[in-house]
Amino acid sequence: MIPGVSMTHILILSGVLFTLGTLGVLIRRNAIVMFMSIELMLNASNLAFVGFARSMGALSGQVFVFFVIAVAAAEVAVGLALIVAVYRSRSSIDVDRVSDLKG
Amino acid sequence: MSPSDLLPALPFIIVSVWAILLLLFDLFISNKGITAILAAAGVAAALVAVIARLGSYQVAFNGMIVADSFSDYLQIVILATALLGIAVAYDYLRRMNMERGEYYTLMLFTVSGMLLMSLAGDLILVFLAIELLSLPLYVLSGFARPEKSSEEAAMKYFILGAFSSAFLVYGIALIFGSTGTTNMAGVAQSIAGDQADPTLMIIAVPMLLVGLGFKVAAVPFHMWTPDVYEGAPSAAVAFMSVGAKVAGFAALLRIFVAALPELAPAWGPVVIAVSAATMIWGNVAAIAQSNIKRMLAYSSIAHAGYILMALAAASDPTVADKAVSAALFYLFAYLFSNLGAWAVVLAMERSKGGGLRIEDYAGLGRRRPALALAMAIFMLSLIGVPPTAGFIGKFLVFGVTIEAGLIGLAIVGVVTTLISAYYYLRVVVMMYMRTGEPESRSEGWLNRTVGLTALATFLLGVLPGPILILAGSSGFITP
Repeated sequence: MIPGVSMTHILILSGVLFTLGTLGVLIRRNAIVMFMSIELMLNASNLAFVGFARSMGALSGQVFVFFVIAVAAAEVAVGLALIVAVYRSRSSIDVDRVSDLKG
Repeated sequence: MSPSDLLPALPFIIVSVWAILLLLFDLFISNKGITAILAAAGVAAALVAVIARLGSYQVAFNGMIVADSFSDYLQIVILATALLGIAVAYDYLRRMNMERGEYYTLMLFTVSGMLLMSLAGDLILVFLAIELLSLPLYVLSGFARPEKSSEEAAMKYFILGAFSSAFLVYGIALIFGSTGTTNMAGVAQSIAGDQADPTLMIIAVPMLLVGLGFKVAAVPFHMWTPDVYEGAPSAAVAFMSVGAKVAGFAALLRIFVAALPELAPAWGPVVIAVSAATMIWGNVAAIAQSNIKRMLAYSSIAHAGYILMALAAASDPTVADKAVSAALFYLFAYLFSNLGAWAVVLAMERSKGGGLRIEDYAGLGRRRPALALAMAIFMLSLIGVPPTAGFIGKFLVFGVTIEAGLIGLAIVGVVTTLISAYYYLRVVVMMYMRTGEPESRSEGWLNRTVGLTALATFLLGVLPGPILILAGSSGFITP
């Protein structure tokens, strides 16, 4: 345990990462970058889980991180496949250009 | 873990193991119709397992899984949706040249996620279940590949779905930080004992609402719904418009009513606002639609609003059980009316997106009287006209809302129901009072599904007794 690092510090860092991820999804238009931002949000919650687990001395929080990592990996598998499929048929992954459906 | 832990989760285990086995068997099956029948058999086996354990209350895996009457009821709804979803897909996939065995395996995987969601007694399991049900749904939305609209629907659904689950998991992390546990009973205890950190709770609860609001398509988190419903293959939409909503409400009801009842004064007003906005926007936007798939998408948003109204009523602890029962009955009514309406859309759809305008239904009353009658029953039920299932559902929900003292919300509900009559009846008028030469398909399983759902919609309206009793006894959620 690093001295001087309190739960508040960890929580602030995780909050900043989560906000950056949210802003990334809302502002960036490249599907891959949006997807990376979502991963950032998931990892922000992992950081919060680990931090809380440390401050409370509860192991369960660390176990949840494994669940989240496994889910994130499954999401990568499905998400990248979908993005590749879209790229093949449109030669673009700009979400503003992938918008035939509206009404 | 002891072997007796497996029993309460048996329906979930049956479906998930069967999905894995079917993925393997499918390689050796050249007639994909057999895959469909095998998938349906697995679902039916799970349905038997649910009915066999009906009425008993079991907690397993250290409180991770809670099998009570609430979860039994929802599992019956989910498995019935799955059976009907397989039936409508059977001929549709063949006709649209996308008959691949993976469709049915993916459906089984998402059904297993939905079952897990209704059983989840722990927030982390809610997150896992939501991912287990969403990931196959993303793929099912893109199943009409290389059709561009289907790919687009899948990508939009994926990005927004993953975005919303990130909110959900962050909310869960903060609840863990606030209460020291993710077990719903533990969370409820910790809040009741004033041991929870209120600052973290204030951020965590809205995040849960955002994450689950996306799944049930509540305004303002509904943007994906019309695009995904329009672009995805109709058979997949027919299934997921009911299944994903039932699972989303399973989690919403269990988390908010069982784990966070002490915070009801805080989340109640938010749910009231979201519910009113969802009913208003869903119904108003549906009027402007000329494509039937988009119209039904907005209609499904509007119905999420009505069910949220029951959740808002559940913020009053004295009527919480009754409100949950009303929501449960509404979900059953919604299953038959909505899936039936989608089955008619499937019968009318031609390749390359033809036959999907509302004008394409002109003259259906003359050409296919039975199909048009069924569609008319579904439309009347979605409005809530007696004697249909939708009427009883709306009656219960409005009744409990008034009982909880939310008169304003009930008035919004009634007014938006009147607005909804305009766009639902437009389809009926088109079928019976306009002349046209509609093209429709008459396929065995599709016809049977339309007939069965129409009959069920009507019977639930005339003889709601047994389901009312079942829903009534399932209203108490054990945390």
